[in-house]
Amino acid sequence: MFLDFVIVLIKAGVVLFALLNLAALLTWAERKQSAFMQDRIGPNRANVGNITAGGLLHIMADGIKMIAKEDFIPEGAHRVLHTLAPAAALFPALVVFAVIPFGDVLVIGGKAIPLQVANLNVGILYIFSIASLAVYGTMLAGWASNNNYSLLGGLRASSQMISYEVSMGLSILGILMIYQSAQLDVIVREQGQLLLGFIPRWGVLLQPVGFFLFLAAAVAENKRTPFDLPEGESEIIGYFVEYSSMKFGMFFLAEFVEVVIVAGLVTTLFFGGWQFPYLQADGFHWPFESGVWHLPHLLVALIQIGTFCIKVLIWCWILLLVRWTLPRFRYDQVMRLGWKMMLPLALANLLVTAVIVLLVT
Amino acid sequence: MIPIPHYLTVSAILFTTGAIGVLMRRNALIMLMSLELMLNAVNLSFVAYARLHQDMGGHVFVFLSITVAAAEAAVGLAILLTIFRARATVDVDNLHLLQR
Amino acid sequence: METFLFWIFAIVAVGGGIMVVFHRNPMSSAIYLVVTMLCLAGFYALLAGPFVAVIQVLVYAGAVMVLILFVIMMLNLRDETLQREGSMVTWLLAGLIGLVLVVAVLPPFPRTPAGAPPPEFGTIEEVGNKLFTVYMLPFELTSVLLLIAIIGAVILAKRRML
Repeated sequence: MFLDFVIVLIKAGVVLFALLNLAALLTWAERKQSAFMQDRIGPNRANVGNITAGGLLHIMADGIKMIAKEDFIPEGAHRVLHTLAPAAALFPALVVFAVIPFGDVLVIGGKAIPLQVANLNVGILYIFSIASLAVYGTMLAGWASNNNYSLLGGLRASSQMISYEVSMGLSILGILMIYQSAQLDVIVREQGQLLLGFIPRWGVLLQPVGFFLFLAAAVAENKRTPFDLPEGESEIIGYFVEYSSMKFGMFFLAEFVEVVIVAGLVTTLFFGGWQFPYLQADGFHWPFESGVWHLPHLLVALIQIGTFCIKVLIWCWILLLVRWTLPRFRYDQVMRLGWKMMLPLALANLLVTAVIVLLVT
Repeated sequence: MIPIPHYLTVSAILFTTGAIGVLMRRNALIMLMSLELMLNAVNLSFVAYARLHQDMGGHVFVFLSITVAAAEAAVGLAILLTIFRARATVDVDNLHLLQR
Repeated sequence: METFLFWIFAIVAVGGGIMVVFHRNPMSSAIYLVVTMLCLAGFYALLAGPFVAVIQVLVYAGAVMVLILFVIMMLNLRDETLQREGSMVTWLLAGLIGLVLVVAVLPPFPRTPAGAPPPEFGTIEEVGNKLFTVYMLPFELTSVLLLIAIIGAVILAKRRML
């Protein structure tokens, strides 16, 4: 009983550690990636005794700068809500990772440890409920600043987030229908089955429309380009204009943590999670019944965790690529896309999937 | 193991607080929020009894009740907005145009 | 563990409920109501109802309260227009009547303690089972109700007469 509690704490600690470090690394990766895409060098000046480490020390420099700046609350602003809003923006982003499985069951010394912090029966619904809580950070930040422009920016951002929550939810229902469960570890396990004898049943092959809809809706929910008008750095006043130092840092950390969350969700639901093709718990089972390579349990577990990490990293990189390629939408275009194009498409996808599932089973 | 009467007591306290809010406050927004508080208290009662009798009907009813409460909040707020645009106040004591 | 969680949720929920009713500014009341709703979601999780707990957070705390907060921000009430509502004596009287009402509303307590539920109690499959077989009619009526509510809210909130 007590040992189970300690194991859950250790898992949660490992997940949080990896998540926060990856988010911090993404702040550097974004600038370097944009530099490579724009044919320049990017940040390379921060150094400790002339060791530049390729610009990685900029992460620490940014952190120290943000902590050392003056922290103020504007006059007439609601003090408690102004301080609460960055926390309300970061909390949902960190908590979503509790249900994402990053490996199969690990057996150490006779004890089976599922590599998932919390195996909820309502896994996917939990993710949506936490995503809907993420709206509060934006709204409270916009209102608590006692500034009309940031209030409008906050209302704009939160209405964008609410609109895309609907499409995000509907696009996942097809996955729920195909894998017959809302538990994320069951969904990942089902993606190890083979279709036609040699193709793994990944979600992207069974639900391509759902995948694109989910990707677009999740990027819009995250307020990343091309949907980053609320943050629109050179054009418009955003909802965090009255925030300084680490509170502002928390908003941006929340945004990068959400990039990792989107990458994690896309790999878990559509790209097989920790599944390496043809790798099962006791080794490689080659397709068409051609043979089995047996491998020790710990090596299999390591390959699966490594696969998950690599897939998440690839998706983070793709999301950064999208950011520096596409121009941003105008607000009315964003709203029109969300309600008039993505919602009917998600409903049509749901209908077609339901008919096909009914015909096949 | 928490005995079910504790949950019922919490539900009763929340319901009464909501009822006092609806009766005592004049701000229409706060009246609406107290109404939501009452609905929540009743939902808690439903789930507690479902746990006692191990009947899933309580959970289904709570699901439908939450849906109806969402629809009612939307329409109530739309009405509130219309009134605010016409009279520039949300104080329900000032809405007596039909009074002689 | 369960006792500890119950008391924390209970104290925060009741405190939040009282603060909803007593604050002058509707914004603060709304925030306290969100806190109360999250505590109630915790209660549902303790009562072996994971599905309704998640639905409570998703619909109530995540959508209905966001809508109420939106309207509060749009109305943008100045602090001068919100006056003190009711004197101290009236509130004391209301408190006393409230205490009487709590005792009156309390149902006769069930004698037998609750047994342990089967493991699939409160799961999403069980709710779906009941919802689409026994409670099919309320389900369909609720969907019609939602349609009416959408149409009504859109028409009422438009600026011109439709």
